[in-house]
Amino acid sequence: MTTFLRILHAHARQLALILCLAMSVPMAMPALAVQPDEVLDDPALEQRARDLSKGLRCVVCQNESIDESNADLARELRLVVRERLVEGDSNEEVLDYLVARYGEFVLLKPRTDGWNMILWLSGPGLFLIALGVGAGYIRSRSNAVAPTEAGLSADEEARLKEILKDT
Amino acid sequence: MPRWKNGRGSGAVAEPAACDNVNRARGRNPLAVGVAAPIMKGMVTELGHFALILAFLVAIVQSVVPMVGAHKRWPGWMAVAEPAATVQFLLTGFAFVALTYAFVTSDFSLRLVWLNSHSAKPMIYKISGVWGNHEGSMLLWVLILTLFGAMAAWFGKGLPPTLRARVLAVQSAVAVAFFAFILFTSNPFMRLAVPPFDGQDLNPLLQDPGLAFHPPFLYLGYVGLSICFSFAVAALIEGRVDAAWGRWVRPWTLAAWVFLTIGIALGSWWAYYELGWGGFWFWDPVENASFMPWLLAAALLHSAIVVEKREALKSWTILLAILAFGFSLIGTFIVRSGLLTSVHAFANDPERGVFILMIMVFFTGGALTLFAARASTMEAKGVFGVASRESALVANNVILAVSCFVVFVGTMWPVVAEMFFDTKLSVGAPFFNMAFTPFMVVLGLLLPLGSMLSWKRAKLQRSLKQLLPGFILSVLLLGLFWTMQTGTSLLGPVGVFLASWVISGAVLDLINRTGKNRDLSRLLRLPRSDWGKATAHIGFGVTMVGIAGLMAWQEEDIRVAQIGEPFQVGAFELELQDVNEVRGPNYFSTMGDVVVRQDGEQIAVLNPEKRNYPVAQMPTTEAAIDYRFLRDIYVVIGDEQDNGGWVMRTYIKPLANWIWAGSILMALGGLLSLSDRRYRVAAGARRQAAAPQGVPAE
Repeated sequence: MTTFLRILHAHARQLALILCLAMSVPMAMPALAVQPDEVLDDPALEQRARDLSKGLRCVVCQNESIDESNADLARELRLVVRERLVEGDSNEEVLDYLVARYGEFVLLKPRTDGWNMILWLSGPGLFLIALGVGAGYIRSRSNAVAPTEAGLSADEEARLKEILKDT
Repeated sequence: MPRWKNGRGSGAVAEPAACDNVNRARGRNPLAVGVAAPIMKGMVTELGHFALILAFLVAIVQSVVPMVGAHKRWPGWMAVAEPAATVQFLLTGFAFVALTYAFVTSDFSLRLVWLNSHSAKPMIYKISGVWGNHEGSMLLWVLILTLFGAMAAWFGKGLPPTLRARVLAVQSAVAVAFFAFILFTSNPFMRLAVPPFDGQDLNPLLQDPGLAFHPPFLYLGYVGLSICFSFAVAALIEGRVDAAWGRWVRPWTLAAWVFLTIGIALGSWWAYYELGWGGFWFWDPVENASFMPWLLAAALLHSAIVVEKREALKSWTILLAILAFGFSLIGTFIVRSGLLTSVHAFANDPERGVFILMIMVFFTGGALTLFAARASTMEAKGVFGVASRESALVANNVILAVSCFVVFVGTMWPVVAEMFFDTKLSVGAPFFNMAFTPFMVVLGLLLPLGSMLSWKRAKLQRSLKQLLPGFILSVLLLGLFWTMQTGTSLLGPVGVFLASWVISGAVLDLINRTGKNRDLSRLLRLPRSDWGKATAHIGFGVTMVGIAGLMAWQEEDIRVAQIGEPFQVGAFELELQDVNEVRGPNYFSTMGDVVVRQDGEQIAVLNPEKRNYPVAQMPTTEAAIDYRFLRDIYVVIGDEQDNGGWVMRTYIKPLANWIWAGSILMALGGLLSLSDRRYRVAAGARRQAAAPQGVPAE
């Protein structure tokens, strides 16, 4: 690596020149998400395309839907979605078509089958368990008898009162 | 891992050569500084590095000596903790200042500065560049960790000496791990043998005021939870949790939660205006990493009230305190390891991930083991009925903890699926919106009632009656918005209902406190924590309606706009008047002039930009936004078209500001509570100093 840096240093002048050149030539900007030329004439169909796009992952990006992404591949996928819709596919068919080509990875909302049931049910499941435990705790507290104050010595009790006094 | 020449240990030999190179390089640079400056620069950097190593050593001492002292009841050994915490903080602070100095003076002999800075970068981003990268952000992390440790030492004079010694020792043990992490895997003071003549610039997305302040606040929150963790572990070692413990822990939780709230809101606001389509939350793993501790901190600050007031929920609160910081560590791990690819993957390295994973497993696992061994000794004292504030807070904790779990499962599922089921899949916003939102709806429904119930045994009927006006108002609003909106989406009206229910509930609760005679002067005499509670709850409602309104009623327009040809979006007329090339300090910009009119009257001129940062070779979109109370107009400019005209996207975003206004209210509520004299961090401290007494030696 150090060698590389030596070379880098030796060629600093050329590098500077390249940088200056780069600065004077504005670079090509990537396209921005949905382009006007992609929009379908039929507003209902376009709305369906948009809704579908929001749930489809731009597979070369990091956690972006094809609706938000600037990548070329996202544009391609948006066009495919619209193509399929115009052909008369249902939403499900469009998704199946894309899953067949890109795998489940393309779906931002995992399907509710197989192992994915764990994902979908773990939240509600834990909620039920937690409700049960919480209810049990509340019941036990409402039936409990207040313990005697044996836990603290008189000194400690006094100190506790001191700390908690100022309301 | 490339081997960079390291200044450590070889300072005396390497230094003159390095400085010489700096001078030679600077000779060609118009920004060249004097000859003496680089030598001083080198000195400051080396001293900073040295201070960091010293802080590491102090942390080791502080994590061992007071712990032993507390065990053996040796006052001298316990007393080591306080000065050590202060010294540790000062040394780390010096190291941080030294690194900042290197960034500010563009000392490219530091590898970190070369990689993340540029001499032409505006000063504010030279400074924020210090934490806009892995090494620097870890240094900031540990700086805040030691700051909280020092604050616990300064303000904790009222604590029993053994508890205090143990808290500071545990806090310092965490610091030891992170100092080691920085020094051995992520040293920000690495040198380059041959300093390049200019840097590679900071990621342009990070060159933004919103993002300059986002990480420090987030870290103050993340790391603030370390104190709660230290308190929990210390209490487990002591074997005692009482009301006083609840009172000591609560301010720290509140402070951490307030910082997290601000940090998350800043990040979300930044995403809103910077990323170009006005999204404010993406359920990105890194966002979730900050959201999970937030949810748990919210649960913790509620359950600590029960410990303090009623001596119940003790072991659960301890567990929450451990988990909240555990999730901070998980968050740090997620962000720093790049395990979960995300749009935030600016600086990560799997090797470092393993180190953080080990830290996480050691501290969370160790604390949980301790918890398992000791939790049963913590007996609840308070007795309460089924309808009571205690029960309501249990419900609050159930909902917040489970919703955090949902976020956790969703975030980790792709990794789990790939490791165990060999399927590559994605879990994105549609999943979280569907799986997470119901919990917030339930929380919103229960909140007004729960916060109004009295402690011990509440009269459910009476509270319901008091809330009736709020309920009627909310139902009316629901109907009104349902009929007003086009379409049949429930999202908007339900959001309005919940917000109105939560807000009116908080207001009615305050009014309720004025007593039967509606003596309004009583309001002024209410404890600040009551005001804090109302403000934070109102903020929660405001944020909810902001999110619902924005998601339900947004209007969007995508078109090729011709210069000088107005077009209509919703109730507004927009006209692209001109597009210019503009030069910024370290970027080029294509800037549009867009006039916005309403009813023929001009209400705003917006300048959406496309920027290009040549050094970092990266384009960014700068949306132009007309912020108003009830809606934002959000304009983005795209590419020039071959047949003339520019791509333009316009959004009308209703109630967008409410999302962040609500966050500010939540943070403000937390601050109000924090300023309540009951929760002053030093509560009880002075009195103890005045009346020296025997330490309760269990």
